[in-house]
Amino acid sequence: MKGWRRKGAKVLAEFEQQEAAVLRGLVSQVDDMLRARGDEAPEDELSELTGIRTGPSESPHDPVLSRLLPDFHRLDPDNPSKEDLDSAAALRSLHEPEVLEAKVGVAAEMMRTLPPEGGDVRLTYEQADAWLSALNDVRLALGTALDVAEDMPEELPEDDPRAPHLGVYHWLTWVQESLVQALSE
Amino acid sequence: MTTPVEAEETLGADVGAGDRPWQTIVWNDPVNLMSYVTYVLQKIFGYSREHATKLMLDVHHKGKATVSSGTKEKVEGDVAKLHAAGLWATMEQP
Repeated sequence: MKGWRRKGAKVLAEFEQQEAAVLRGLVSQVDDMLRARGDEAPEDELSELTGIRTGPSESPHDPVLSRLLPDFHRLDPDNPSKEDLDSAAALRSLHEPEVLEAKVGVAAEMMRTLPPEGGDVRLTYEQADAWLSALNDVRLALGTALDVAEDMPEELPEDDPRAPHLGVYHWLTWVQESLVQALSE
Repeated sequence: MTTPVEAEETLGADVGAGDRPWQTIVWNDPVNLMSYVTYVLQKIFGYSREHATKLMLDVHHKGKATVSSGTKEKVEGDVAKLHAAGLWATMEQP
């Protein structure tokens, strides 16, 4: 993969087989987490009747999921007000289904347009936007799991258990940055 | 037999707070790329590159920026779109 380039109304890149495998693997892992969260949504006759979906009202316990699906209010970590907690719960329950649907949708678009064996990828701008969001979700997931900081070094000391994964994170960052640049030209 | 719920009373009690506009806040985080944040703000709100860049730099340097405001419903929708794009956004009524 040598970066994205724009050609007419398309953006193009070439992926090696191994790169495609890594990307597809990460996207499907995040997709699995999001779908499992979606399955937690309460099912009741009322929502079937009205067609109004409701999601869980509680923030996910898993730090990765909770970064992918943040609260709608900035809650005081030590002493959140009851008003804010209630409002955040109601807003999550109301909007989480649409946020999940968007995230699962962009992951599916990326899986559709990235062949498992690698090779040429040609995206419309709309597909490229889906890639940007899906790449970002994967970077958020990996970044949270690796506990990345803003000034993350290129490499970590060898004995750091996160060291082998940091290379993948930096590569994902580069793939996303290159795609933003190609689209912003 | 039943009678309709008296909705007016509940609505009436809320009018004071309901009038004040809500704000959408984007917070700084260590993962999101500066270029991507600018791109998302242009895309979702239709802002010029210049305006989106200014907001992104406020997020980067000051830790947060107010990126939109309006009714509760509008701001809820904005926050949901920003979450879908992976930005760390919240809403408040100052």
